[in-house]
Amino acid sequence: MVDENPYDANPTGTFFNRVQTYEVGSFPSTETVHFPKSCLHCEDPPCVPVCPTGASYKREDNGVVLVDYDKCIGCKYCSWACPYGVRELDEQQKVMKKCTLCIDRITDHTLPEAERKPACVIACPTNARLYGDVHDPDSEVSVAIRERGGYALMPEWGTNPANHYLPRQKTHMHVTEEDLQRSDNPLTKEDITVYHGEETMEDVTW
Amino acid sequence: MHPAFSVIFLTTLIGAGQGLFLALFTGQFYSTVELVEPQPASFYAVGSALSLALLVGGLAASFFHLGRPERAWRAAAMWRTSWLSREVIVLPAMMGIVFLYGVFHWAGWTQPFIVLGEGTLPIDATFVLGMLGVLVTLALFVSTGMIYASVKFLQEWHSPYTIANFIFLGTASGFMLAAAYSALLGNHLVGFFGTWAVIATLLGLGTRTASLVRNTSIKHRSNLQTAIGIRHRGIVQKSQGFSADSFNTREFFHHQSPETLKLIRVMFLVLVFPVPIALVLLAYALESPTLPIVAFAVQYIGLLAERWYFFAEAEHPQNLYYQQIS
Repeated sequence: MVDENPYDANPTGTFFNRVQTYEVGSFPSTETVHFPKSCLHCEDPPCVPVCPTGASYKREDNGVVLVDYDKCIGCKYCSWACPYGVRELDEQQKVMKKCTLCIDRITDHTLPEAERKPACVIACPTNARLYGDVHDPDSEVSVAIRERGGYALMPEWGTNPANHYLPRQKTHMHVTEEDLQRSDNPLTKEDITVYHGEETMEDVTW
Repeated sequence: MHPAFSVIFLTTLIGAGQGLFLALFTGQFYSTVELVEPQPASFYAVGSALSLALLVGGLAASFFHLGRPERAWRAAAMWRTSWLSREVIVLPAMMGIVFLYGVFHWAGWTQPFIVLGEGTLPIDATFVLGMLGVLVTLALFVSTGMIYASVKFLQEWHSPYTIANFIFLGTASGFMLAAAYSALLGNHLVGFFGTWAVIATLLGLGTRTASLVRNTSIKHRSNLQTAIGIRHRGIVQKSQGFSADSFNTREFFHHQSPETLKLIRVMFLVLVFPVPIALVLLAYALESPTLPIVAFAVQYIGLLAERWYFFAEAEHPQNLYYQQIS
């Protein structure tokens, strides 16, 4: 991946995965949404049939959409045909680049199976990214998509992306009086007598 | 979209070249059935050379669009699925036919080998080549148009008007050039080509205006809600994940003000349609040998503006993800 002017005024380069930020709502009731955006590896990738050289292809075995850098002529037509804008021209090699889903890692059988995952999935410190086979209904990702309401981006184009997004899970906490007042506090437990203001000294426990 | 000059010159130059070939063969057809006076072989030979030069010029311009032009030959591979690949095949095919058409006329290999229609329609090799050339020309117009019209995400382009515009505007430009060429030679076909040029220009005016009207009221299917999958009316991008510009901000935005766009639109609507038509009519009235040349030049400049606007007005859905740098 090319990285031009990394320390100068106008740094630019190719990204496989951009993490964008959106603000939803109007102040003060806003929420910040961080939105990682990479190739979605569509089931029906519109970028593949438009390629005049066959450099853009979808792997038969695992469905990963890839670019053959030795065949690409850098005509940029596939980037026009991607509604998500995830294909970027490498300004030095002059070929199209995109997220490969770390194809070299996920197909490397010398790695332990737990490590045969894309680098972004392994790196994510909060396990926000899941990786698996969306065609297997019992895989971790299929279960998550099914049970947590996973959705695809721009469903209106019928691209049928393999990558899904899970809606944010909001944790609501309801605090009751009992949660604040510790009913079994040993310091307050001893005196259980109800006083009415007319007690004599004998009534008070010493 | 970013209007790339390589593609602007490619589409306008080959359009004029295709139109000129159509004009030459129309002239030949009319003279074969004796509706216009016959022209010497050199008229067709030099005309074909001119058409070929425009096609070669367009092809040369297209190479500037490629990141790896040395691999351009690979682009013929996927003709089953890609309109770009089909164009890459049809363009050289058309060049070959135009070349042969010119050579056959120049060499005088025009002996009819069959006469149809009770002796009124002699068919020679150039006639067959011309008919083939017309088919290939139309195939090239459709291929070029479909490159843009087949991208369904670019809703401004995804319409039959796109193909109609390429056909009519290319044809108009080519017939204008044929009129200019005839005017330069001083033959009597200026009015003939000029009339067809005006007809094609008027047809182009119809389809181009229709596409402009369609695009002003176009409703884009994607919005920020479907783009990030959050159903809320108030979504604002705060960062596009990059602190400066990128391929996504360079390739898909024209970076011009709405005023510039409006100016270019007025410019092409004036230069492509009314001015050349007026010049052709004036040339007919004054029998001027230079005005048809001016008409072609003015229309060609207008077509450059038209093509620029064609790219600039298309709004790519990926732009939804690139609203805000920082």
